[in-house]
Amino acid sequence: MPTSLSLRRRWAAGLAAHLALGVAGLLVAFPFLWMVLGSIKTGEEASAIPPALLPAVPQWRNYVDAWTSAPFPSYFLNSAVVAVSVTVLVVLSALLAGYAFGLLEFPGKSLLFVLYLATLMIPFEVVLIPNFLLINQLGWHNTYRAMIVPWGASAFSVFLVTQTYRALPRDFFEAAQLDGSGHWQFLWTVAAPLARPALATAGLFAFLGSWNSLLWPLLVTQNDRLRPIEVGLLYFLEAEGPRPHLLMAASTLAMIPILVLFFLAQRTFIEGVSAGVKG
Amino acid sequence: MWPSAPPASPSIRHAPARRQWKEAGLAYLFLLPSALILGAFGFLPLLNALALSFRDWRLSPGGFVGFANYTKALAPASEFWQSLGVTGYYVLGTVPATLALGYLLAELLHSRIRGLAFYRSLFFLPYIVSPVAAAAVWRWILHPSFGIATSAVSPLGLEPQWLREEAGVFALAAQGLHVTLPAWAAGPSVALVCIIAVTIWHNLGFAVVVLLAGLAAVPTDLTDAARLDGARGWRLMRQVKLPLLSPTLFFLTVIFTIRAFQTFTQIYVLSIDHRGGPAYTTRNVTLYIYQCFNDFQARLGAGYGCAVAMLLFLIVLGLTLLQFRVLGSRVHYQ
Repeated sequence: MPTSLSLRRRWAAGLAAHLALGVAGLLVAFPFLWMVLGSIKTGEEASAIPPALLPAVPQWRNYVDAWTSAPFPSYFLNSAVVAVSVTVLVVLSALLAGYAFGLLEFPGKSLLFVLYLATLMIPFEVVLIPNFLLINQLGWHNTYRAMIVPWGASAFSVFLVTQTYRALPRDFFEAAQLDGSGHWQFLWTVAAPLARPALATAGLFAFLGSWNSLLWPLLVTQNDRLRPIEVGLLYFLEAEGPRPHLLMAASTLAMIPILVLFFLAQRTFIEGVSAGVKG
Repeated sequence: MWPSAPPASPSIRHAPARRQWKEAGLAYLFLLPSALILGAFGFLPLLNALALSFRDWRLSPGGFVGFANYTKALAPASEFWQSLGVTGYYVLGTVPATLALGYLLAELLHSRIRGLAFYRSLFFLPYIVSPVAAAAVWRWILHPSFGIATSAVSPLGLEPQWLREEAGVFALAAQGLHVTLPAWAAGPSVALVCIIAVTIWHNLGFAVVVLLAGLAAVPTDLTDAARLDGARGWRLMRQVKLPLLSPTLFFLTVIFTIRAFQTFTQIYVLSIDHRGGPAYTTRNVTLYIYQCFNDFQARLGAGYGCAVAMLLFLIVLGLTLLQFRVLGSRVHYQ
């Protein structure tokens, strides 16, 4: 019975694959589950040996306690201001530069494009110290500007938008020119909407990078008035050492904005990363 | 009437030139914002870092010192070499394991329509969530007394110190066999191995997503033809699938290697004292540069830190070029 044998074999292989995936999925998901469970335990349950798996009574109050024991509203607001500004700057500068590289002719175009791409090779640890000194010279230490402006352009985003425009048929653009509409009008009414997928990817990763960044804001902020959530959470963790249930509640809160963003824009995230293969 | 209607012939002759000039002007205007930012915070600091690396800059800007910062970094048994060793363990510990696990999971997920989107999103989650929050959870899981990982292994009679353990894993393994290893062969500390494991957890989803896209681009007629010819399992994978997937694997190897060399956040947040402890066994080069710069006794300073950063840059650049030569020549492009 060759067919039933191979069928049974395939069924077994499928089962093994699902089992392996299930185990891997559980391992990956475990820290998240453990965090959320920990966030609703009492202090005793969270630091029991061996640890209690489930809270006897869910302690939703932990979230209120964590929220009020450090200036979290201000941390979140700072992160939002910085990340949104960085995103807007990255998207606008990439749209303009991508339009120039993709659709306009000018002397020095290929050299400038290579120079843009070369910035992708510059490692952040090399420019870290000079940039910090530059920020101090500009008098920007401990300001929003210091966290926003240096990240306001990304060569990768420029590249993404340029590629979109280069893929357009030439006469498409010339028709619009004959039509009498100038570059400025053409940019906003036709070119920008066409580049929407590239701009979405650029914006999403700019937001994510800014929201999750730690080293730079750690260096250029000095007090809670300006600290973003990553830096604020780090200081909170240091200060709250022995109270794991509050740490887990604060960590859960810190993860929520990015998780919401991920579930809203899952496809853009996945396609943006997958684009690395084709690009 | 004529002032509003200029002579026709000269305008036609000059139009293309003037239009080109206008177009170029507009292009430069459009490039200005990004060029300013990339120039001021990318190129300029690169040159500044190079200049700084030849100067003594501790508490205040000092004079030109030639290669003194470099010779200090490269002196035998220096802190730089020690931190480079940590970086080396970290790169070797994270990159191959992430690629292998990522490939395995992508292969299991590929062509399974049901559950694919769910697993892909699940595996991707660690890559995007707050690294500080994730580190808080891991530090709690790996707490020596009330961490669940500790409770899980305590029935075996183990009392691991996880992120606080400075002993090398090879030395510990040898100890179990009643062999004493020389210090240089002690291997990465238990703490560093824990950080490597968390990094794999963090990066795995990125590899899975990219490899799934790579697998989706492999033409099925080639694998089908190989199957008809009797290729199965290992042979099918080695001789047909991996070559077809080699551009993707190459891309991931290069990206992951560069990133592993430059990692700061993952190590900083998990390092038990945020200073590369225990006993500096988790202080990689990037953490060391940060310390040079943040050094309150001004023992090291910004000039020395820039020299170390330049050395790291050269190492990564050389290694990337090497990867392109050695691995790049074995990549099959269709």
